[in-house]
Amino acid sequence: MSTDDAYDPKFGEYGGQYVPEALMPAIEELTDAYQRYVLENEDGFMDEFRERLADFGGRPTPLQYADQLSARYDTDVYLKREDLLHGGAHKLNNALGQVLLAKYMGKERIIAETGAGQHGTATAMAAAHLDMPCEIYMGETDIARQRPNVFRMRINGSEVNPVTVGRGTLKEAISETMRDWATTVENTHYVIGSIVGPHPFPKMVRDFHSVISEEARKQMLETTGDLPDTVMACAGGGSNTMGMFAEFIDDPEVDLYAVEAGGSSLQVDEEEGVAPNSATLSTGDEGVLHGARTKLLQDSDGQIMESHSVSSGLDYAGVGPELAHLVDEDRVTPVNVDDDAALEAFHRLSQDEGIIPALETAHAFGYLEEHPEAVGDSVIINVSGRGDKDLEIAIEETAKRDLDIAPDMSIFERVGGGGL
Amino acid sequence: MGLERAFADEPAFVPYLAAGDPSYEASKQYVEALARGGADVIELGLPFSEPIAEGKTIQNAIVRSLEAGMTPDRFFEFVTDLDVDVPLVCMTYYNLIYQYGSEEGPRPFVEKAAAVGIEGLVVPDLPGEEAGPLRRACDEFDLDLVFIVAPTTKGDRLERMLEQVSGYVYVQARLGVTGAREDVDDATEESLARLADWDVPKAVGFGIKTGDHAKRIVSAGADGVIVGSALVDIVAEGHEDGDPVDEVADRLEAKARELKDGALRGAAERPQPERT
Repeated sequence: MSTDDAYDPKFGEYGGQYVPEALMPAIEELTDAYQRYVLENEDGFMDEFRERLADFGGRPTPLQYADQLSARYDTDVYLKREDLLHGGAHKLNNALGQVLLAKYMGKERIIAETGAGQHGTATAMAAAHLDMPCEIYMGETDIARQRPNVFRMRINGSEVNPVTVGRGTLKEAISETMRDWATTVENTHYVIGSIVGPHPFPKMVRDFHSVISEEARKQMLETTGDLPDTVMACAGGGSNTMGMFAEFIDDPEVDLYAVEAGGSSLQVDEEEGVAPNSATLSTGDEGVLHGARTKLLQDSDGQIMESHSVSSGLDYAGVGPELAHLVDEDRVTPVNVDDDAALEAFHRLSQDEGIIPALETAHAFGYLEEHPEAVGDSVIINVSGRGDKDLEIAIEETAKRDLDIAPDMSIFERVGGGGL
Repeated sequence: MGLERAFADEPAFVPYLAAGDPSYEASKQYVEALARGGADVIELGLPFSEPIAEGKTIQNAIVRSLEAGMTPDRFFEFVTDLDVDVPLVCMTYYNLIYQYGSEEGPRPFVEKAAAVGIEGLVVPDLPGEEAGPLRRACDEFDLDLVFIVAPTTKGDRLERMLEQVSGYVYVQARLGVTGAREDVDDATEESLARLADWDVPKAVGFGIKTGDHAKRIVSAGADGVIVGSALVDIVAEGHEDGDPVDEVADRLEAKARELKDGALRGAAERPQPERT
C-alpha cells in the first residue's frame, strides 16, 4: 500500500483540485474518508474490501506464462490475467472499493460515467452486490457501439442516462456526471472510473487497483525468483496502467511501458479540433481538464480535442496526472500503436494463446509485436480485460482491413445470417 | 480593482451572455441591449469546450459560439469593439486562462484582459485552493477575482474564501448547474444569512428568471442579482426562430429592465439599516 499523504493533492506539478466550489466540501469529506478507511484501515474497511475482492471478484488473478508468445518473441512473456476478474476486466477493483467506501461514508446513491461500458458494468455489479442505487452516464455514441454492456448495466439494476452533448463519448459523460454530482453532492458518491479527476481520486483509484501489481510482483518472485525486466500495460485514462505499475515504481531495474492508442494517425487537425488518436502521454500538452492538471489533447487555445481510438476504453483526451508526472520523470516510457496493430494483436492473442483480449488490452500486445527487443528477457503484460464486449467492432473493423491473420467470416454469408 | 462601486448605490443587475452567441455581430448588439436595459456589470462568457458547471442552456450557447468561431483572441477583440459604459467581467474556465500567450501560467491572459478593459474574472472550476497564481496576476493588473460561494461552502472554507475575494462574491443560489428555474430556493436565504457579516457585495446567481425572483432575492439581503440562462433562452429562441437581431435585442433590453426593476423593488422592501 502506498505511503502517500492523503492530503497532498499533487504529483509534481500535476494533479490538484480544479472543480466547482460546490464540490469542494464533498472532496474534502472524501479525502478524509480515503485517509481513514483506505490508508488507515479504520473499521476494517480494507479487510472487508480485500475479502469481497476475493469472494465476489475472484482474486487473486493468475500470472500465466504465455508459451506461444514467449517462443515467438524469444523472451519470457507473463500475462497478468485481469480479464479473469469478475466482470471480465480490472475495473471491478476500483468500482467495488469506491462503492464500499460510499457505504462506509453513509452515502445513499452512486453515480458513474462510462466510456466502453466496462467501468459502468463494474460499478453496476458492485452497486447491486452492495445494495446501492446506481445511475450511469454514457455518451450516446458509446451506447450505440457498446450495446452488450448497456444491457448488462440495466440487468444489474442500474439506470443508464444517455449523454447527447458533444460527440457523445467518455469526455462528455464525465462532464455530465460532474454536473449531476454538483447537484446531488450531499447524498451521492461519484465513482470515477480511472486515475483521473480531482484529488483524491487519482491516488485512491490507484490504491484500489494496486492489488494488480502487488499480486503480480509476488507471483513473479515466487515463480522465477526475479523481477521482470519490463512491465507493460495499455493506457487510456490509465487505471489498469497505474494498477499494474504501482508496486514496481520503486524497482528501478524494471522498465515500465505505457502503450497508448495511436488511433489512425498521430497528426492532429487543429481546424476541426480532432486528434485521430488518444496518445495523450506521447503527444499531449499540459493543461487542466476534469479537475486535474495533466497532459491533454488540446488546441493552441486550450480547447479540448476530440480523440479517437478503435477501442472506446482508450478514447479520452486526458490521462491520469500521476502517469503524466511519471513520464516527465522518465520513470514510465510512453509508446503507442495504431488501430491496425491493435486489431492484429487482438487476433494473434486469440489464436496463439486462446485469450480474446479487449481491444484496449490488445494495444500492449501490438507494441510487443512491433518492438520485442524493447522488453529484455522477461515481461509482464497486463491483460486488463477480455474482448467479448468488442466482438462486433473487432469483426467490423477487421473486415475494413485486409489482415492476413484474421479468420474468414464468410460462414455468415453461407448461413444467410446477415450481420451479427 | 473597483467592481464594488457597481453595487454601491442600489442593487446591481448583473447579466451573463456567452460572447459570440450565436454570432459575433448579433452578440455585440445583445450585450449593448443589456447595458441599455440597466445592467450594472456584465459577465461575458468566453466559451470552453468542457463547461462542467453549466446546465443545458449555457452549454448550447457555448456550442453556438464556438461553432461561430469564438476564440480567446476574438473574445478580446469583441470586448474592444463593444460600445458599453458598464464594467465587464470575463467568465471562463481555467484551461483557457492557463494556455493563453507564450508564457506559462495565467499572467498573459490577465494582462491582455486588463488591456482591453475587463475589470474582473469568474472561473467556475477554480476553487480557492488552486487560485494562487491567478490571484497574483489579478493583483498585478488590478483585476477583481470573483469567487463563487456555494450552499455547501461553510465554516473555515467560507472564512478562507472571503479573505481572497475582491469585487463581489457570486452567491450560488442552489446546488447544481446554471439554468433558469420557476422559483427561488431556500438555500439562497441561508447562504445570504451566512454572509451577512461580510461587507463585500453579495450577488446571487443560478436559477433567477423573473423580476419577482430578483425582488425576492434583493429583499432577502442580496446586493445584486446575476442572470444568465433566462437571457440566453431569449437568444436561443430568437436564433431558432430566425428572428431579426434588433427584435431579439429589444426583448433582451425589456427583460433586463424587468430584472433591474425587480431588484430595485426588492431594495425598497428591505428593512432599512439603522443610521447614526
